[in-house]
Amino acid sequence: MNSLNLNRFTPYMFLAPAGIVLTIALLYPIGYMVYASFLNWNPSQLISEAEWVGLRNYTNLLADAAFIESFFVTLKFAFCVVILEMLVGVGLALLLDRNIRGMSVLRTIFILPMMIAPIVVGLMWRYMYHPTVGVFNRTLKDWGFEAIPWLSDSTWSLISIIIADVWQWTPFIFILSLAALQSLPKSVLEAARIDGASAWQQVVSIKIPLMMPVLIVTLLLRLIDAFKVLEVILVMTNGGPGLSTEILALRISRTASEFRELGVAAAMSNLLLILLLVLTLGMFLYNKIVETKKAKLRAAVEEG
Amino acid sequence: MNIAEKRQSPAFYVLIIVLIIMSIGPILLMLTTSLKLNVEIMSDTSSLLFMPTFDNYETVLCNVLWYEPDHVDYCDPSFARSLGNSLFIGLVSTLITLVIGCMAAYSLVRFRFMGRGTVSLTTLMMRMVPPAVLLVPVFGIWTFQYGLDGTYTGIILVYVAMNLPFVIWILQSFIVQVPIQLEEAAKMDGANPLQIFFLVVLPVIKPGLAAAAIFTFRVAWNEFLLANALLNRDTRTVPVTIVNSLTEYDIDWGVIMATGMLLAVPPIIFTFVASKQIITGMTAGAVKG
Repeated sequence: MNSLNLNRFTPYMFLAPAGIVLTIALLYPIGYMVYASFLNWNPSQLISEAEWVGLRNYTNLLADAAFIESFFVTLKFAFCVVILEMLVGVGLALLLDRNIRGMSVLRTIFILPMMIAPIVVGLMWRYMYHPTVGVFNRTLKDWGFEAIPWLSDSTWSLISIIIADVWQWTPFIFILSLAALQSLPKSVLEAARIDGASAWQQVVSIKIPLMMPVLIVTLLLRLIDAFKVLEVILVMTNGGPGLSTEILALRISRTASEFRELGVAAAMSNLLLILLLVLTLGMFLYNKIVETKKAKLRAAVEEG
Repeated sequence: MNIAEKRQSPAFYVLIIVLIIMSIGPILLMLTTSLKLNVEIMSDTSSLLFMPTFDNYETVLCNVLWYEPDHVDYCDPSFARSLGNSLFIGLVSTLITLVIGCMAAYSLVRFRFMGRGTVSLTTLMMRMVPPAVLLVPVFGIWTFQYGLDGTYTGIILVYVAMNLPFVIWILQSFIVQVPIQLEEAAKMDGANPLQIFFLVVLPVIKPGLAAAAIFTFRVAWNEFLLANALLNRDTRTVPVTIVNSLTEYDIDWGVIMATGMLLAVPPIIFTFVASKQIITGMTAGAVKG
């Protein structure tokens, strides 16, 4: 009797700690944020003292030129890094997809930039971009070129943070697309070779289409992560000069800590969350569609 | 075909070498800078030849060294203290996340009262939540309702919650592969569910645990934004200390780079020891959906 009872409650017992932690430290805060986005609330007030302002935070945001600018900076940053990283990462994977010794060492070296703290990555790049002691400007001067205002010019600063992000995250795309390449069915490639397809034809009409499902998921994963980048930019430029590199995540943190407008920051967080939600659901739906297609295909093959 | 491949070889190896230099160059630059005196860093002639010195590391770690370095006039204890804080917070939150996550993953797989689809959708949704979005609510709730601001408990709770979805999800994919016969045999021998879990299942899924542990520790070790909002002077972690010591002008590059290097060392060690597990964890997200 006792053991039967135990068995019935075991699953819940095992799940309970995780459920409790997720509820009090993740779900509740997110719900709280949605509520706070309708308040005029500053950090020295209790939330119960904050004034209810309805949708005012949202309407103010949509009319706020600084917010709109930082929204577009975020979009520009995210799309630039994702496109560059996809091109370079997939290109490198196609080039390096051979059986060479030491491939695992190479992969190990490539994941280093991703493992290191974003704060440290920002630090390294800020040092390299330094106007006088940085390695880039020193080299440029040694070769007789003009020094470039990497972080102090509004056009260059966006390019600079894009370069740093490409350095850090291209290996992610590279490793994923290499894994996808190496799991392609050998027989198809063999058949293409026998039919006399050139290396370029193999890439364009066989490898890329077969890799497509993985590539699209990779792209969406990276796009979602690109909206979360914060520390690297915080250390390198802190959003400046002007608003040229102030991405949304940074703007949220500044609105909360410098301008002390928690309600507005919550409204911004909400908008960012909705944007990411759309992307995530898109990815999930895409996965589902691909899976059903595959299942249908399999069923068709089995029947025939 | 073979001949063609051989002919490409030199260019191919040059490409590989360039890539290696590009990916570890900045890290090596940080290392060499941390071993230089500020006079050398600021001098106009950049040279690869210099006398390495541990002065910067001594400055950072001055209050935990067993001797007193001569060149340190004023010992700032904040670096060493934050290093200790980071280590403590990282290890404890990793341990808690693994225990809780393991139990949850196990029950989700074995007792299947929720579809795998639901779990992976939830994981994906949680993965997408940026720390910046949690900033306002976590600050508000932790300060005014839980009274956990400035405490280790508070920040550990945040990190556990942030990592749990990913850990549950990755462990699930490992637990699915444990043969059910193994557990049935243990049950026949009279083991209760807890014994089965700890003595039979856990040892089998060690690689998954390693991957989950590394990712969890990395998040706790590297995170800045929430640590900055929640922690006070005594409980601060290294990323917060680094950002606070960055000023617009007159940065002490040598000392900052030494701190950055100390922060980067544990992830670098993990990478070399367990690159296979890391790649498993990384690719699992995309390849298996």
